[in-house]
Amino acid sequence: MARALWRVWLAACLLAPAWVGAAPPQRIVSLVPGLTESLCALGACARLVGTDRYSNWPAEVQALPKLGGLDDAQVERIAALRPDLVLAAPSARAVQRLQALGLRVVVLHTRSHQDVRHNLLLLGAELGDPAQAQDLWRRIEQQMAEAAARVPAALRGRSVYFEVESSPYAAGPASFIGETLARLGLHNIVPAVLGPFPKLSPEFVVRAQPEVVIAEARNLRDMAQRPGWAALRALQRQQLCSFAGEHYEVLVRPGPRMGLAALQLADCLAAMGKDAR
Amino acid sequence: MTQHRRRRLLLVLAAASGVLLLAGLVAGGDGWSWAGFTQLLQGPDAGLIVGQIRAPRSLGAWLTGALLGLAGALAQGLFRNPLADPFLLGSASGASLAVVVVLAAGALASQAVLPAAGFLSRVGLVAAAFVGALGGVLLTLMLARGAQHTLRLLLAGVVVGVVLTAVSDLLTLAAPEALRGRQVFMLGSTGFLGWDSCLLLASGLALTLPTAQRLSRTLDALVLGEDSARSLGLALPQLRLVLVCLLAAATGLAVSQAGLVAFVGLAAPHLVRRYAPGAHGYTLLASAAAGGVLLLAADVAARTLIAPQELPVGVLTAVFGGIYLLLLLNRQRDS
Repeated sequence: MARALWRVWLAACLLAPAWVGAAPPQRIVSLVPGLTESLCALGACARLVGTDRYSNWPAEVQALPKLGGLDDAQVERIAALRPDLVLAAPSARAVQRLQALGLRVVVLHTRSHQDVRHNLLLLGAELGDPAQAQDLWRRIEQQMAEAAARVPAALRGRSVYFEVESSPYAAGPASFIGETLARLGLHNIVPAVLGPFPKLSPEFVVRAQPEVVIAEARNLRDMAQRPGWAALRALQRQQLCSFAGEHYEVLVRPGPRMGLAALQLADCLAAMGKDAR
Repeated sequence: MTQHRRRRLLLVLAAASGVLLLAGLVAGGDGWSWAGFTQLLQGPDAGLIVGQIRAPRSLGAWLTGALLGLAGALAQGLFRNPLADPFLLGSASGASLAVVVVLAAGALASQAVLPAAGFLSRVGLVAAAFVGALGGVLLTLMLARGAQHTLRLLLAGVVVGVVLTAVSDLLTLAAPEALRGRQVFMLGSTGFLGWDSCLLLASGLALTLPTAQRLSRTLDALVLGEDSARSLGLALPQLRLVLVCLLAAATGLAVSQAGLVAFVGLAAPHLVRRYAPGAHGYTLLASAAAGGVLLLAADVAARTLIAPQELPVGVLTAVFGGIYLLLLLNRQRDS
């Protein structure tokens, strides 16, 4: 018995360094755009050896091998890259398969501000530089606070409709976008119980009469043509925040650019406040 | 003459399987490259890339195709309808619903909207799909009150398919994050098959194929019509129930490992009947082999057509299967 225990203890001692003091990963594959951005923001872009097909920021990741999406990840190409860390989101079949092949897969949510903070700190610890991650998060927080301060007092408490898709899907208060809107002092027309990105009835939006509408430029352009939507006072009075291309992408990516997203929104609101006067 | 053709078809299928399995080892993320392959074999990655990824993937594709081919032949014999496919009895919609439930539960649990969903989100997609596929068929059987009436069974299958698909749609509205995973599942994929999948698929085939062949005389008798089959002294309701269970098991296993791979189950038995028509004992075996060859060929093509990117294998089988089905319908109208 004592001998068995001794063996276990010995094995633990031998294995422990591999667990505790493991060297920071040098070859990383990220299958989530937000995590790709986080890694690069932490200065580890050079350690990336491949990403999913949606990761496109910063520009240097565009040249990396594209390994499919999270749900149809190309297992063989990922394994051939011999990564020592794979970053993924939950519920993907690729996770099980990659783990079965002996790869180290870290599964992370990217759905709320809290998630993003947690991921940054975790990645910072992984990379062996937790202080940098703390700094980065503090910077994001500062940007959020600055953005909130830029919102004109007259616009605080205004009701807002953030459209993520024209069917229409909205960003609810439970989403990271909704959290940013709340930080900016806006009131979401979507009740929290509907979840992060609920599909709404078009009638609901018209009846809710949001005072501010935020959407992608191409969706906003035709919004007044939707049956009954011309009655939206926000559309009539042009209380709109329209974003296109990369500017819109910043808004819908849960990652280190969330602070920038808040600033973008605040700038739009500030311009709106000026017009109102 | 036909005997000869039958033997030849089996030989051709066996040879094609061998060649394609080899091709499956050579073809990979960098497309066709013999030089690349020999280099890979000499390198340190051979065990991982060829042994752990390409080999089980190729074999798994063949086995999945074989199960679907067998299920297709069973369905077409059972319903005496050349357009019947393995997904007819609600297994597809059941599996897809189960996958959506797991994906949506993952999304909702993390948002703390539905804390109880946490448990569901930990159920593997493979297990969920298998349970869902069997659940779909079970529901169909319950609605049809057993397998006595072919027409009732078919109708119940269609109704279950529509209703379960609608429920999946509803769930994806609540959790749009599940949409992408569901879409990939609907397209079918052979990219995640490992040795454990192969073991499952192979045992499934080893169980279902001999059992189905033993019951093939029932299918032969059914060709003559239900009354004739009954007059031959066959206990039709019970035998049909067993056949439906075999169909469900084969389909469920294939779907759980590779998603909804379209048209393999439909096309394989047709191919066999076209070149070497015969009794069901032969058709079942040859359809399984043909299904294996079809899916493995599609898998190799999916890997290499746009390498280093990869196509979902279901897209290829759907396109080619669709064209084949159109040709088939055309020929039927002509004759």
